[in-house]
Amino acid sequence: MSAVIRLNDLTLGYDGHPAVHHLDGAFETGSLTAIMGPNGSGKSTLLKGITGALKPLGGRIEHAGISVREIAYLPQIAEIDRTFPAVVGDLVSLGFWKSRGLFGAIRGVDRGALDEALQAVGLRGFEQRPIDTLSGGQLQRALFARVLLQDARVILLDEPFTAIDERTVGDLIALVQHWHNEKRTVIAVLHDVEMVRRVFPQTLLLAREPIAWGATGETLKAENLLEARRMTEAWDEHAPWHDHAAKHLHHGDAA
Amino acid sequence: MNAFQVFIEPFAQFGFMNRALVGAIILSVSAGPVGVFLMLRRMSLTGDAMAHAILPGAAAGFLVSGLAILPMTLGGFAAGLVVALLAGLVSRFTIQREDTSLAAFYLISLALGVMLVSLKGSNVDLMHVLFGTVLALNDDALVMIGAIATISLVGLAVIWRPLFAECLDPTFLRSVSKAGHPVHLIFLALVVLNLVGGFQALGTLLAVGLMMLPAAASRFWVRGLEGMCALAVGFGVVSSYFGLLISYYLGVASGPSIILVAGGIYVVSLFFGRRGVIFTRVQAPRHRVA
Repeated sequence: MSAVIRLNDLTLGYDGHPAVHHLDGAFETGSLTAIMGPNGSGKSTLLKGITGALKPLGGRIEHAGISVREIAYLPQIAEIDRTFPAVVGDLVSLGFWKSRGLFGAIRGVDRGALDEALQAVGLRGFEQRPIDTLSGGQLQRALFARVLLQDARVILLDEPFTAIDERTVGDLIALVQHWHNEKRTVIAVLHDVEMVRRVFPQTLLLAREPIAWGATGETLKAENLLEARRMTEAWDEHAPWHDHAAKHLHHGDAA
Repeated sequence: MNAFQVFIEPFAQFGFMNRALVGAIILSVSAGPVGVFLMLRRMSLTGDAMAHAILPGAAAGFLVSGLAILPMTLGGFAAGLVVALLAGLVSRFTIQREDTSLAAFYLISLALGVMLVSLKGSNVDLMHVLFGTVLALNDDALVMIGAIATISLVGLAVIWRPLFAECLDPTFLRSVSKAGHPVHLIFLALVVLNLVGGFQALGTLLAVGLMMLPAAASRFWVRGLEGMCALAVGFGVVSSYFGLLISYYLGVASGPSIILVAGGIYVVSLFFGRRGVIFTRVQAPRHRVA
């Protein structure tokens, strides 16, 4: 297995304060990884870093053989303007961006692909529905359909199942597993430990510092979860600036 | 007096009426869709800000060569672009949002413009620049308006898809393309272009009227984007025609007449539109069985 995304001593943050601190590791091609951790532990920040929307404060993110534009990213809070006069078909068709670009025509084959994607997420017949009439769950289904059309090798999902009912979650999880079977790399931020244990083979546990990263069963041991829970959320406004010359102790290093 | 005499003859008989009508119709076709996008992006007041921003450029052109169309148009376009660019840059590289930086720069620009006009002209000249003279459109001005409308419509067609994506889901567009920022700037350039196209006819201030009022009215009637654009154009054309006709028979200023007709259409739409106040109130609440 080769790594599709490699993180080297990565630090991401805001105003100089680290939100993800000295993270080392790799997402293997075709892996299905859950990112877990308390609120404010840097999970969403890490996804933003991987998409390139946030520049590292230190360290590097290497994308092996893919550009950041080939990553499908479903943010936690979609900035979708629900009042814009668009229908579900318009929203989902944005997924053709990579294949059709700025000017390419949406073709007959695309129409077929659009129908299939809508059917796959259980939104058959919704193509002409105005987006301001969708429920939260239906909107999330539509966004998953768009990810389907993006046909991306790497898929990032940020808390995709928050405030979504059980049946919808079940349908969308099936889609995630389908992507995994297609050897796509899927990384999802989640809070539901039971679901992660059931569905996700790999887990990264973050508490700003990485707590553990590896097989889910091993990562989600009681002592790790306890350590993650102890994270303090507040920033230390008077924390000294990090001295890049000094050797920093990494997680996993012998003390 | 028959209908022909009332509704057609003023335009057939007088060249200035004829040219005014042609100019105003071209402006309506060009500015309507731009106004729809401004409205949908919640930037309805941005057009107004840009209208103020183009004043110093127009004034500089006016200082150099008097009330000539080309220098004033180019000057106004340049001034509007500079303000749009500066506002965009500030919002991109600082914590300040674009509405605030735009307000700051257009106010600076407006003050500069008024000062420039006062250096040379009388108040009458300032009134010309601010409120336009649609009845004084000459052939050069018509060619200019036509060229501007052509560029605007083609430009809008070219950026339609990324602009649509940028309005609907800006985060998504950022994740798949670098087009978002350039598209926003091109769109602002189109706004400025339409305003300078309109200011010879309607003045810098009222030019916004033909952009925003038809767009705002269209939202009360239709749901789809294309429908709104088409209806906004239609409302603009109707406003131009009846505005000029009213101006002719009542002997009142033509620019404000056009905008007031557009305003009337807006108010009527607000109350009687399919999605307006009355229809949504009086419609008995009923629902389908499934």
